Order: sequence, then C-alpha cells, then structure tokens
Amino acid sequence: MPPKKRPDPRALPGDPALRRELFHSMLLQRRFEEKVGEAYALGKIGGFCHLYIGQEAVSTGILSMLRPDDYVITTYRDHGQALARGMSPRAIMAELFGRVDGCSRGKGGSMHLFDRNLNFLGGHGIVGGHVPVAAGVGFAIKYRGGDQVIVCFMGESVVNTGAFHEALNMAALWKLPCLFIIENNKYGMGTAVERAAAIKDLDRRADSYQGMHGEHVDGQDVFAVREATERALEICRKESRPALLEIRTYRFMGHSMSDAVSGTYRTKAELDEQLKRDPVWMLKARMLEAGDCTEADVAEMEREIKTICQDAWDFADASPEPSAEALYEDVLVDTVS
Amino acid sequence: MAIITYREALNQALREEMGRDDRVFLMGEEVGVYNGAYKVSKGLLEEFGEMRVVDTPITELGFAGVGVGAAMVGLRPVIEFMTWNFALLAIDQVVNAAAKMLYMSGGQYPMPMVFRGPNGAALQLSAQHSQDFESWLAHIPGLKVVTPGTPYDAKGLLKAAIRDDNPVIVLEGEMLYNTKGEVPEHDYIVPIGEAELKREGSDCSIITNGKMVLVAMNAADQLAKDGIRVDVVDLRTVRPMDVEAIITSVQKTNRAVVLEEGWEIAGIGAQVVDYIQRECFDHLDAPVIRVHQADVPMPYAKGLEKLAKPDLQKTIAAVRKVMYLD
Repeated sequence: MPPKKRPDPRALPGDPALRRELFHSMLLQRRFEEKVGEAYALGKIGGFCHLYIGQEAVSTGILSMLRPDDYVITTYRDHGQALARGMSPRAIMAELFGRVDGCSRGKGGSMHLFDRNLNFLGGHGIVGGHVPVAAGVGFAIKYRGGDQVIVCFMGESVVNTGAFHEALNMAALWKLPCLFIIENNKYGMGTAVERAAAIKDLDRRADSYQGMHGEHVDGQDVFAVREATERALEICRKESRPALLEIRTYRFMGHSMSDAVSGTYRTKAELDEQLKRDPVWMLKARMLEAGDCTEADVAEMEREIKTICQDAWDFADASPEPSAEALYEDVLVDTVS
Repeated sequence: MAIITYREALNQALREEMGRDDRVFLMGEEVGVYNGAYKVSKGLLEEFGEMRVVDTPITELGFAGVGVGAAMVGLRPVIEFMTWNFALLAIDQVVNAAAKMLYMSGGQYPMPMVFRGPNGAALQLSAQHSQDFESWLAHIPGLKVVTPGTPYDAKGLLKAAIRDDNPVIVLEGEMLYNTKGEVPEHDYIVPIGEAELKREGSDCSIITNGKMVLVAMNAADQLAKDGIRVDVVDLRTVRPMDVEAIITSVQKTNRAVVLEEGWEIAGIGAQVVDYIQRECFDHLDAPVIRVHQADVPMPYAKGLEKLAKPDLQKTIAAVRKVMYLD
C-alpha cells in the first residue's frame, strides 16, 4: 500500500475564490472603519462609536458560515458584523451620520444597526442585555420547528454578567439552537480580562451547562474561526443544542473613539506586539504565498473598496436629516393583530 | 351574564387568545405544572402543552429577555412575573429592550408582547413584596400600561393587550384575584387607552385606577348616604391616559380627588393633577387632593400597614375636604 500523501501544511482551506471573498470582506471592514474614524474626527458622526479594527476575522469567519435565514444579534461594536452580514455600506454610513437613509432611519446610530431583511437583529447597548434575547430567538426557532441558528456576538466582559448565565442556562435546559460567541479582545473598556473574570479559559463557562459545546480558537486566523464555527453550527443546527465559542482576538483601537489607543490600561509595546498578528495582513500574506492573488490584485481590490467607502460617505452626506415629524414616529405601532 | 372571579376572567382571556392565535405563548415561574402561583394559568398546560405554557427557572432577567427575542421574530409572548417586585431584576428587558426596539430600529422591529402579573400590596407582605410600580412603567415611552380593576376589565384588557402589536404591561392585583363580577362569555376586548365612568355623580370626581377602583366605589356608596354623589372615573389604562375622560368629569363636578395605590412623589396622580390644572383651571372650586400610599417602605405590622395604605376612610375624608364639609 502506498504511503498516504501528507497534506501540505501551507495549503489553505477552501478555494481561491472563497478566500478572495473572505479577504474582501475583512478589508472592506478595515477601510470602512478607517473612514468612520475620519468622519468622527470631522464631527460628521457623534455619540459613542466603537471601532472593530483588529477583530475582522471573527465577523467574517463566523458570518461567512451562516445561511441567509439564520439570525444574528450583537453588541454596540457592530459595524464589522453588519458589513460582514452583507448590509449596505451606504445604509450603515448614513445611520452613523444620523440621516433618514440610515439602516435605522437615523434613530439608532452606531450602536443600533438593524436590518430586518438580513435577520440582523441589531446592535445592543447594554452589556449582557442581548444574550437572553438571543435565547428567545432560539426559543422561537424551536417553537416553529425550524432549523435556523441564532448567532449571538458578545464581548468577553459579558461572561461575568447574570444575564449571560441566565441565558446559557435556559438555552442548555431547553436545547435551543444558539451559538454564543465570546469575542475576547482582552479588555472590557479599560479593564483587562484577568482583572475581571475569575476564570482563564472563558469557553469553559460552557462546562456549567449540561450538553453545551465549548471551544476556544485563534480569532486572528479566519480559517480557524470558520472551522470552529462549522463544528459549533453542526451541533446547533443538527442537534438543536447551544454552543459557546471563545474567539481570542484583539482590539487595535481604543474602546470607543474618545478613548486613547494605548498608554493608560495597556502599553504601546503590547499593542505593537499584537499588531504583528493583524488578521487582515496575515490573510493577505498567506494568500500571496498560496498564489491566490498578487500585490497588483490586492491593490485593485483596495481601489474598489476605497470607491465603496467614499460612495458610502457621499451617500450619507447627501441624505437628509430626519424631519421633525420623525421624532414621534415608531414609538408605538398602530396595528393590532 | 356569568359571575366569575378576576382570576377566572384572566384565565379565560389567556385561553381564548391562545386558542385564537398559535403564536401566543405563556412563560414564567410556576405557570405550568403548578398551574400558576395565583392559579391564573390553571389548566392551560394541559390544554396547550409545554411548548406554549412554559415553566422557567427563577430567572426574571433571563425569561423576560426570552420573551423579547421571541417577539422580535414574530411570536406573541405573554411573560408572567410572579409579582412585579421580582420584575425589577428584569427591568432592563422591559425598559431598554422591549420599549426601545421599535424606535431604535427605525420601525423595523415591533414588539408584540405582554408582561403581566400582580402589582402593589397584598396583606402583611412587608417592604419587598408590597410595591406599586405603575408610575415607573407609565414613565416609559414605547410601553402601554393597563391596570384592570374589575373582572370584566381584566379579561377585556388582557385580550386587548395580547392582540396589541406593542409591548403592554398588565398590572393585576393580588387582592383582586378573588373578587367577582359579571363577565360575558362571548369574545370582547376593552380598548386600551379608554377610561370608564364607573359611577355617575355631580358633586366631586374621584379619578382612580386598578385596585383602588373598588375603594372608590365603596367610598361612593358611603358618601351617597350623606347625599354626596361622586363620579368615579376608572382610568383603566395609565399609558396612554384618557385625558378627555378626566376633563369631562372634572369640568362637570368642579372638584376632584385623585386616588392611587402608589407613592406620592412622581406618582400617576401627579400626572392626573397636571392634566386637571391645565385643562380645568377655571372650573375648579377647590384644590385637587391626592390620596396615595404613605411615603415609606411598606411596614409589616398590621396597624402600621393600614396607616401606610390608601383606603376607604382616607378617600372619604379627601372628598369631604374638597367639598369643604370638614
């Protein structure tokens, strides 16, 4: 019998077209958010604005594995996931500018991006508050006998809230198809995870609940994220059981736009070290090496994305502010069923 | 017409609405196997099964959030709090999620759901179990808040609440569950936002709601013996409030007592008095008086508890005072 051919360790999963798509998704998030930072500095965007830069492999890795009829719910750091789910950059930018063509008609802002057509159930502003809501979506899926999954993104600081435990307990007890994603970017605002959580591997929180799958994964490697997501989704979808993934990533920017990037709660040296594992450039290097694309191809993609981001800005800038009548709209609906 | 209890009226409302629409489900502590802490859900588990009558762990924040999520994707949850005192653990879901979702999503996510359960004081349950939260909840745009005081209104308002595409708070009364009244067997609703003139008089208006409706009716009976005839306006809904009904009554009687179960500061009565001073200023023959709970946590001792609660005597005294009889 001939010896089994060993797989090439440098080989990348998927085909080149898929990999280019993943890279496009991540690069779009990166450039879009850089544009958002610029708009914020110019006063075009106000309020709280939390950038996702550094975490793009998480949103892209997970959301690229979902079906269109699955559900997504997330936190206030929601721009990256909204883009990765396929929301229009124009509608997102217009929302950030507080204009009527925004995805939430200028009523939600950066923290509350919603898109009903994509089953994107919003960015939510209270740490932990949306986790039971995700369990409710899982309950509704089961109630109707569907095979969708709800994916719930949260920051690592959520694992210390009561809402998290209440939701995970019910999800496990009632066998709900919920995929809980802890995006461990190491800091809850300025508090390092070691200073907040009395547990090292956050995915081990799953052990508290019978039958809950838990796993941690390198969040800067989009392929690793996809593989872990595939395993977890299989459990959620086929067995109608919840799963918990801790995705270890890093936030390259401050907690919000008003927060220094480094110097208070983390050192520049730490940040510089983490920047060496930039998920976007790591993927690019691997694709160049695999021959998926050339520098010229990437430059072309950059040009295309730059046009998309500028177009989103121009669209948002031209979109009208909500009228005074809009103030009282959508407090309640008039309908009765 | 059948005479049934407030508890049975609520049970009928749940049964009828669950039969009418299979998106409606009931969730809360002890609603299923135990048949309800106050037996409001008696028999429903047997009739509708465990997917639609769901016993939860003691986890108010959690199951209130489950209701929110289920409502976002098209179910019509009825979330039962064993009492509203426990709902404080879940207030984030009521205030930050249910009440805000439609607005902050730019109209994309209506929240067709009900949060219900007993509110306010029963007997000697002391501080943590005897609180009226109607003004807290009525303060929040994005919610509707109803406070049925009779079996007829309990059934009609709960049915209206379940059919409404907005989050509706139904504040019941533990001391009301055993009260009886006429309730039609046919399908009907009591429209949310409509007050009812429960008794007609010409000398003074008592404007009230919820558990205090019975107190006001008793006061009206007593006062009638002295020839004092009062209007009893039952608000029934405290958000949105039927301002027209208040104005019509006070412009007729020229005097008003506002009777509420809760505390004085920023209470429902303060809002009623504001409407009266704005719309009936030239009609008033006396300052409006409010009757409410004493501004203290509820004490346990019987005598102290009686002193703390708004009651028949305090209401009668208030009416006599606005009529300058005492």
